[in-house]
Amino acid sequence: MIQIFKRGVFRMSDNPNLLHVTDTDFEQQILKSDLPALVDFWAAWCGPCRTVGPVVEELAGEYAGKVKIAKMNVDENKSTPGRYGIRGIPTLILFKDGQVVDQIVGAVPKNRIKDLLNKVA
Amino acid sequence: MKTDVVILGGGPAGLTAGMYAARSRIPLILIERGQTGGQMAATATVENYPGFIDPVLGAELAEKMERQARKFRLEILYRDVIGVTRNERGFTVEADGSDTIQCKAIILATGASPVQLGLPGEAEFYGKGVSYCAVCDGPFFQDLEVAVIGGGDSAVEESVYLTRFAKKVHLIHRRDELRACKEIQEKAFSEPKVAIHWNTVPVEILGQKDVTGIRVRLVKTQEEETLPVGGVFFYAGLRPNSEPFLDLVETDSRGFVVTDQEMRCSVQGVFAAGDVRAKALRQITTAVGDGATAAYSAQHYLEGSY
Repeated sequence: MIQIFKRGVFRMSDNPNLLHVTDTDFEQQILKSDLPALVDFWAAWCGPCRTVGPVVEELAGEYAGKVKIAKMNVDENKSTPGRYGIRGIPTLILFKDGQVVDQIVGAVPKNRIKDLLNKVA
Repeated sequence: MKTDVVILGGGPAGLTAGMYAARSRIPLILIERGQTGGQMAATATVENYPGFIDPVLGAELAEKMERQARKFRLEILYRDVIGVTRNERGFTVEADGSDTIQCKAIILATGASPVQLGLPGEAEFYGKGVSYCAVCDGPFFQDLEVAVIGGGDSAVEESVYLTRFAKKVHLIHRRDELRACKEIQEKAFSEPKVAIHWNTVPVEILGQKDVTGIRVRLVKTQEEETLPVGGVFFYAGLRPNSEPFLDLVETDSRGFVVTDQEMRCSVQGVFAAGDVRAKALRQITTAVGDGATAAYSAQHYLEGSY
């Protein structure tokens, strides 16, 4: 299973606009961020996350300087997903000034994620 | 953009059609709105695909089918298709991002999605305990009780899968026997963590911030009961992903695309394959068969021999 996801869309991205956050730096990077932030909660075993992952990566470039875009692996980080009551992935949560603005659950078309981002961008 | 054949959907039907058409050197593009593999990629393990003696991960089978098709130079475009229109030269496929593709023939392989029952709480708690994908969300229900709605292969198989995480799985089924194949039934019957609630229908999903229970009703006595579950997984049938084509081709009363046995639709030049098609058995094995036939028929259509 691991081997499948190493290649393809699940490789750690080289995209400089895309952050990978953890339970440890979540507060600093997201809650205390000057910019609004979108976090994509994902895992390697989740098929629909493969749909959303590349879209989020594209958006990281398009919204650079306007919205901070980040991914969090829910397998490696348990406390943040628990804190936000996540029971399904992919879940995208938009934060501003440390608060949840809105969220999307499941794989949705790019335009719906843009509509979400445009609430703060 | 212009090509001869456009395949809509990259599940097992679309990928097989793509592989066959690519091997025939037909200019073509496959359009996929999300991940290749479709429902197969969201299936934990597959035990009935010939040639794989040990259970294979759905995601792994998806990845292999895609690689095999790409080996024959199948081109995959990742876009959501908004609509298909007919014109004098064939068809125009409109994708999001204002891409349009002109083609001579189309293969509809857009698959099917789990039915949403529209129960109170179902939409509200989506992602907060309501799920349509056990493989995606199962690990969030460690040591909780969960309910699965349905009685077919997927419902029963995924119930057994969920016992890896959940401490108890309530399978809610409206009839007094399962539709799932006997092999899968036997697995569920011998799994002590699976409790089957016969002749029972779901009524309402309960909770505050996330799901805390499900109210179910016994069909015969109308008696109601609340089960203390943290999650509800819906596997109560499939609806076809045919919305963009309802005006293009004939569909049955549920929206499944009607074809003849050569996968030809009611409009010349349009073919359908896999779960989106009106047929009796929706499996990976039948999807790949449909895909091969659809590619063959499309090729004959292009050559003018139909």
